[in-house]
Formats: sequence, C-alpha cells, structure tokens
Amino acid sequence: MADTVTQGAPGALDMREHYMALTRRRRLYSGVMLIVFVALMASGFVVANDRNAGGFWDGIHNIFAFPAMVIAETSGKLMLLPAHLAHFFPSLVETINIAAVSTLVGGGLGMILSLLSTRGLARFPLLIPLFRRIMDIMRAVPEIVIALVLIFILGGGPVPAMIAIAFHTGGALGKLFSEVNENADTKPLDGLESVGATWMQRMYLGVMPQVAPNYLSYALLRFEVNIRASAILGFVGAGGIGYELKNAMSWGQGKFDEAAAIFLLLFGAIVFFDQVSSHFRNRLTQGRPVS
Amino acid sequence: MTQTAALKIQAAGLISRKRMLAIALPVAILAYLAYIAVAFDVPGLAERARLDNARTLVADSYSYKTHVSRDNRSGEVTVAIEGERKGTYAPDAPPAWVSREGDMTVIDLGHGHVVTYTPDGLTYAVPGYGLIEATISRARGVQANLGDDLPDWISLSKNRLAITTDAGRVSLTRNRTEVFRYFMGWELFFFTLDSPYHGHSLAEIAFGQRLDPDRDNLVGAWQDFWANPMWRHAEVAWAIFETILMAFLGTMGAALVALPMAFLAARNFTPIGTLRFGIRRIFDFLRGVDGLIWTIVLSRAFGPGPMTGALAILTTDTGSFGKMFSEALENVDGKQIEGVQSTGAPVLSRYRFGVIPQITPVLLSQVLYYLESNTRSATIIGAITGGGIGLLLTQAIITQKDWEEVTYYVVLILLMVMLMDWLSGLLRRQLIRGGRS
Repeated sequence: MADTVTQGAPGALDMREHYMALTRRRRLYSGVMLIVFVALMASGFVVANDRNAGGFWDGIHNIFAFPAMVIAETSGKLMLLPAHLAHFFPSLVETINIAAVSTLVGGGLGMILSLLSTRGLARFPLLIPLFRRIMDIMRAVPEIVIALVLIFILGGGPVPAMIAIAFHTGGALGKLFSEVNENADTKPLDGLESVGATWMQRMYLGVMPQVAPNYLSYALLRFEVNIRASAILGFVGAGGIGYELKNAMSWGQGKFDEAAAIFLLLFGAIVFFDQVSSHFRNRLTQGRPVS
Repeated sequence: MTQTAALKIQAAGLISRKRMLAIALPVAILAYLAYIAVAFDVPGLAERARLDNARTLVADSYSYKTHVSRDNRSGEVTVAIEGERKGTYAPDAPPAWVSREGDMTVIDLGHGHVVTYTPDGLTYAVPGYGLIEATISRARGVQANLGDDLPDWISLSKNRLAITTDAGRVSLTRNRTEVFRYFMGWELFFFTLDSPYHGHSLAEIAFGQRLDPDRDNLVGAWQDFWANPMWRHAEVAWAIFETILMAFLGTMGAALVALPMAFLAARNFTPIGTLRFGIRRIFDFLRGVDGLIWTIVLSRAFGPGPMTGALAILTTDTGSFGKMFSEALENVDGKQIEGVQSTGAPVLSRYRFGVIPQITPVLLSQVLYYLESNTRSATIIGAITGGGIGLLLTQAIITQKDWEEVTYYVVLILLMVMLMDWLSGLLRRQLIRGGRS
C-alpha cells in the first residue's frame, strides 16, 4: 500500500505538472488573443471615429434628437397620419413584391444550381466545381452593385432591384439547398433510374419530395432578408418604399411626418413577415402545426 | 372490408389533393408572375432601356479611348487619355501615332486609317472607301466632299460631321475637331504620364537602369503607383479597409453588447418574467427597425462616415444576436453549471466555466457568419452614409463615364467579400474541429 503511494506519487505529480503547464499555456494564448482583440476593437474604433464627420462622443448626445423631432412633428399632425399611411401603402406593396419575386426567381435559380452542383445528383458531374464557383460569385455580389449598374441601363424602378436581389439570392439559396441535397436519400433515384426516368424526372419525383420542406423553410428565411434588402435598394433609386423614404427625408424639417409614416409601415411589414415566416418555418421543420 | 374501403377512399383523397396541389402551385406562381409583369411594367421596360448606355458600359469596362482634339479657334491640339486633364500628354511629347507637321496633325488610327487635321478642317483616308475631305468656315459651316448618299457610319449636317469606323470616331464642328482612338485595357492603371516609370515593363523597373535619379526604382515605382492620381490606389485600398472595419466593429460590437443582454433574456438564467419580456421586445425592436432606418437615424446624429455605418450594423445585429444567443443559452446543459457550483464557485465563475465553454462554438460560428454577410451590408450602408468602397462605387457610377473604375471597384468588392467568406469559413471549421478534439 505504502509502496504504491510512493511509486504513484511522482507519476501523478508529473501529470499534474503537465496539466498545469498546459492550462497555463492555454490561458496565455487566450490572454494574448483577448489583448489582440481588444486592441483591434479599440484602434478600429479610434480610426473609424477619426474618419467620421461627427465624432462618437459629440453624436451620442444627439442620438435621440432626430427621433424626438420626428415624433414631435408627427404628434403635431396626427390627423394626417392615416392619410400618409394609405398614400405610402402601394409603395410598401411594391417593396414586398420585389422581395417576393426575387425570392421566387432566386429560389428557382438556386434550386437548379444546387442540383447541378451536388455530388450524386449532378447532371454533369465534371462541371460540379464550375457550378459551385458560379454560386460563390453570385453570393459574393452585393445587391447594390448590380442594382446601380442596372439603374443606369434600365432606368429607375423595381426591375433592377428585383434582378439584383434575385441574383444574390440564387447564389445564397443555392449553397443552402445543396447542403440539403447532400442529405437526400438516393434510393428513390436508383428506383426511378431503373424504370428509365430522365434526369429531370428523377429530380422532380425523387429529390423534390424529400427536400421541399427544407427548401421552403430556407426560402422563407431569405424572403425576410430580401424585404430588408429591397427597402435599402429603394433608397439608392430602385423604387418601392425606400425611394419614398429618401424623398421624404430630403423634404427636411417640417415634413418628417411623412417619414414617420414610412418608418411605421416598414417596421410593421418587417415584424409581420418575420412572425408569419417563423410560424411557417416552425411548421415545416417540425412537421406539424405549432400551437 | 369496410376498413380497407375507407382506407382506399382516404388514399384516393390524399392523392387527388396532391394532384390538385401539383397543378395549382405552378398556376398560382405563373399568375403571380403575370401580375408582377404588369405591376412592374416589364413590357414598358424595353422602351425605357438604354442599350447605348449598356454598350458604353461594356466597352468602357475593357477598353479606353484617347482623345485628340483641336480647338479650331486657337488651333491648339491636345492629346488626352479619356479626355482627362490627368491623362494629358505633354504638347512636345505626343504618342507615337500622332505627329505634327507645321499646322498639320497626322493621326494614324492603324489598319490604314489616317486622319489629318488641316488648318481649316480635316481629311480622313478610309481604306476601301476613299478620302473624306471636310472643311469648316464661319459662313457655310461644315462642308465635305460627300454626296447625298451617305453610308450609315457617317452623319453630316451643317453643324457637325461625325464618322464612326472600326478604328475610331471622328467628329468635326466649327469649334472643335476630335478623334477618339480605342485601346484595349485600363488606361494608366499603373503609372500616369507624368511618372518616369510610364511605359516601362516590370522587368525594366526591377532590374534595369535607374529611371528617376532621386529614387530607387522599386521604391519610386511603388510610390508613383500608389499615388496614381487617376486610379487613386491608396484611397481605394483605404476604402476597402474602411468597409471591412465597419463590418468588423459592427459585428463584434453587436456580439459584445448582445451577450450580457442574452443572459437576461434566457429563461434559465433570468427568472423574472417581465425583465425577460422587456429585453426580448428590445431585441425585436432593434431587428424590426431595419438597418436602413438605423442608418438614417444614426447618420443624423453622427454625420457621414465609417463610425455611423459600424453603429448601424451594431444596432441591427444586437437584435439578431440577442435572439440567437438567448436561444443558445436556453439550450445549455445545466449539469455542467451544477458541477462548477458544487465546488463552491461564485456566480461569475459559474458562468465563466459552466456556461461560456458550452456556447462559445455556437456563438462564434454565428458571429463569423454575420461578419461575412456584414461586409456586403457595409458596402451598401457605405453608399448611403458615405464611407468606404460603397461611396466610391456610387460616386463612380454617378459620373456615368468612368466605367473602368466601376469595374475595378466591383472586382475589388467581389474579391473582398470572397476573402471574408473564405476567412470566416476557415475560422468556423477550425472552431468546430477545435471544439471536438
């Protein structure tokens, strides 16, 4: 008994030493990482602050000045608010339509691209890397780039925004869809192939029923994102509620009640579609209605 | 027997419902698209579309033109790339294809096309067509040796003669004679004309004789490239950095603000229902008031610049992160916290050793994912608030002529986003693997 203790102790001590050394080293690394991170944040903050027109500490006092002004003006003209809401409602519909169509078109594009770039499903297995790169590039293009260029060619309006968002959506959804496709069971495909089904038929009858709920769930999530994107693109000239907001803002002081109506509409729409989409997503992923 | 019959009816009903859906869904989508085509006035688009704009854009993105213009009042001839002051050749050193002989200027457009500026007009030798001679005078305007039957690449009126061939474009008015010659590539991308390194290859600069007596070749070349007044490489690099900075500060700041708030919004950490409810509504509010509105509100307080963009991203994402983090916190395993608690650890240590290690991988991977997506958002927000590459892009597009710069910025933005995508993916994979081992 005494023997084992005297023999075991040095080993245990070694192990403990080793463990403590390991822990110290890990702590040192985490400490260094933390210091680097804090230094990056702090210096980044200072740089951004220097480059800004107004400094952070000056601005922080004024942060509520604009909202207060908007609220004051609106409450002074509360009678006009329903009329404003009714007036700007069609442009809200346009913004939502842009988001919906681009989700639809982008979803279709993404579906085709994802099927073409999933191993085991692809029509041309050799071209898988090509289609993947295409999706990467589509995903990397910020909507504003395409929108601004298309506004130059097609003129302002909803179509440039729609194309821009659909293009990006195609890449983004394509990537998510191909992750879904990878988990699809290939047995139905073998079955379909054995009876002579074409590639299109195999995809439509063999893959789609398996992946449709996940596709829909991702598309709904994307729809939420796209509503925000289409509102922003409106601000750079692509129609919809964002365009109206830009105009309302440019009227300046005294007309902020219009801006307030647009803020309300946009806020309401985003919250509404967030709720609806998360409700349906829960239903889709859990396979039953949530109470 | 009755049971099977009932089942059969049920199955038949199910199948017919599915069949209905299979037909109804495409019909509904088509109907919606048709409505959109009308609502967005797609048929009218063909009329409004400016295909000439598209042509300029495409041509400009891979080629450039050099203007040779003669002021017909003073007789002065200038040669300038894209007609810009910064790209103007010195009067005594025009490019090799322009030569001066007295008050004549001979411009060789290549492939046998030669334009000569005479004191009172021009001549243009077009291979396969003949010599076009045109004169201008105060009294009679523009006159040319052309009949009434003009080919479609020439237009002639009393005020103006315009000729467009494969070799270039010529225009003649009373005040001004101009020739545009097109070249492939982006003009003066590395050095402008006033730099001693213009027209020298990389090998010559690196290994050849010293071109500028005051500076070492590589140092001087780098300085001149970096300070190129036409392409402003230094400013563009700074703008890219500013955009990434906006995304970084916004994302990380949001994560830092959202984490403590998420504890207050998670059921298993905050027993007080009203507090939880309040914090959650704050998250919903931050998310619901879109980034666009935050950008506008904040730029009112802070003025244009990267700080405003970073704060707009920070505000919106605090809402998103708060929601995701509190959901992650509600899923933590309570046993680890109990284990730490059983050693008599105080509350803070319990969180540090019982909770944080469990949620770090989830949190970090979400934060990294947002970092990539926010690089794109920062481009757009920059275009609105005025900061970063988004601002440069909108400025270049507004001028409607520097499409080669637009192309340059677009390529840089794509590279930037793909780099951030790659980086965030790499770190996320590292994190997940590190978490497992």
